[in-house]
Amino acid sequence: MDTTTLAVPPVAQAKSVSPTWRRFRDAFRRHPTALIGGAILIGMVGMAIFAPWLGTIDPQAVSPIKRLRAPSAAFWFGTDMLGRDVYSRVVYGARVSLVVGLAVAMLSILVGLAIGLVTGYVRRLDAVVMRIMDGLMSIPSVLLAIALMALTKASIGNVIAAITLAEVPRVVRLVRSLVLTLREQPYVEAAIAAGTTLPRILVRHILPNIVAPLLVQGTYVCGSAMITEAILSFIGAGTPPNIPSWGNIMAEGRSMVQIASYLILFPGICLSLTVLAVNLLGDGMRDALDPRLARRM
Amino acid sequence: MIAYIVRRLLSTIIVMAVVAFVVFSLLYLTPGDPAAVIAGDIATDEDIRLIHARLGLDEPFLVQFGRWLWALFHGDLGTSIFTNLPVTQLIGQRIEPTVALTLCTLVVAILVAVPLGVVAAAKAGTWLDRAVMSFSVLGFSVPVFVFAYILILTFSVQLDWLPVQGYRNFRDGVWEWLRHLILPSVALGTVYVALIARMTRASMLDVLAQDYIRTASAKGLAPGQVLIGHALKNAAIPVVTIIGMGVALLISGAIVTETVFALPGIGRLTVDAILRRDYPIIQGVILIFSAVYVLVNLLVDLSYVFFDPRIRY
Repeated sequence: MDTTTLAVPPVAQAKSVSPTWRRFRDAFRRHPTALIGGAILIGMVGMAIFAPWLGTIDPQAVSPIKRLRAPSAAFWFGTDMLGRDVYSRVVYGARVSLVVGLAVAMLSILVGLAIGLVTGYVRRLDAVVMRIMDGLMSIPSVLLAIALMALTKASIGNVIAAITLAEVPRVVRLVRSLVLTLREQPYVEAAIAAGTTLPRILVRHILPNIVAPLLVQGTYVCGSAMITEAILSFIGAGTPPNIPSWGNIMAEGRSMVQIASYLILFPGICLSLTVLAVNLLGDGMRDALDPRLARRM
Repeated sequence: MIAYIVRRLLSTIIVMAVVAFVVFSLLYLTPGDPAAVIAGDIATDEDIRLIHARLGLDEPFLVQFGRWLWALFHGDLGTSIFTNLPVTQLIGQRIEPTVALTLCTLVVAILVAVPLGVVAAAKAGTWLDRAVMSFSVLGFSVPVFVFAYILILTFSVQLDWLPVQGYRNFRDGVWEWLRHLILPSVALGTVYVALIARMTRASMLDVLAQDYIRTASAKGLAPGQVLIGHALKNAAIPVVTIIGMGVALLISGAIVTETVFALPGIGRLTVDAILRRDYPIIQGVILIFSAVYVLVNLLVDLSYVFFDPRIRY
């Protein structure tokens, strides 16, 4: 007999905090890196929200006399070729990355969830929808986003839409595979036998079991979306140039890299730190949800 | 086996058909008038009408799609709006640097990543394992172009060991050619190495816990022999799968890497096409890259038989 099944925690303890949350809490205790990730992320969110009060000036204010100044007490991160303050631009740039990351994560999870739930349950739709998803997944996501951006006007909304479209198929695959396993579970069969309607089964029995893995997937989508946004902006197919984003700042510093490397380094470090924070958080959550996998990855 | 290959080829054709359909229909599905976006802000109505005619936006969707597909089957990817040259010719001119860069990266990344993963699994829990895993988390988090600039600033600007950017033809000397590919390959390969090393480690850990590994060790095989001969071969399938899936990362990364290092490849062609809103080029590039990606993964699927003779299709 498997000994682990005997070692269930006492019921009284389980009542106080839900098991999922306890697992999260324990995992964070075991993985200090996830805590570090969370701390960095909170710092970045704070920076984005309170950008106007962090000693910044107008990130678009041009001052040709002061162009290409190296980092100093007056200009912490230096100035770019138009004399704009790079520190202010980097601080405001956090807004773009975080908004895009968060929006793409939420949208692709919602859309992926809707499509995945239906295809997992309606056999007739399944074959058609999954072939379309296979096709979409065969286009490298950056390329798909590039194609969409080439056909629409540059705006943050369009960037979010383009990256979401590229991320949705992966979420659909995950949701569908979870649904296909869950629908064979005895409690779902019992619910069907008891005459529960399909929408109620999906909402009451399937959905609660998908939320946790989706949350983990959401953090990875968020990190990958932030990188894709920066790539798109960097190659001129992303956020319009009048909005400072980390990718834009780096794109503008591209030709200056040998004389003004700070134009590339400061936004680059911020971007890498933020993505690292999101990934660490995701790893911590994944370990919390699947202790077996935690030992391997 | 033959039946499986045929079935697999059929599904590949379906996937490619969907890709072609998606790439083509984007022109119609995007909100607003794509012709107006392509023509730019200072275009006259006449210009927009011209682009409408060029892209065939005036005709029914299915007629256009059929005509476009027919041309595609004859190896015609359309003509560039900006240069008026056939897209196939433009891509042909630029293919060498891209192929050199991605192949170099692919080979080096696999040669580095698989041993890293094997060592990390063999020494699981030690500082070596943690170092490999930390590297892999970092590799996922630092975007390819940020890492590329750090490499340029260190090895080209500070140390002056390698060229900042540019490309030399293979015919003009192997050493010069290689020198210009080292930094781009390292920049592009890092995330790929992270991905493969991580999967190799996970898969090896699974296999190393199996009974036959204990048997192999118990009968007195050297640890290296057990690791490579018994474990790695049985751990290969997930690794080969991720190598195939990671090609998408290589393709996306190549576009950015070519921009950073000014390599005159397909990535540069794409970026120039974005700036000029030259959609036929973007269409062609996506089709070719997606086809390569799908074919690589088809080969990966077929390679399972080699790694696990028990698999019979």
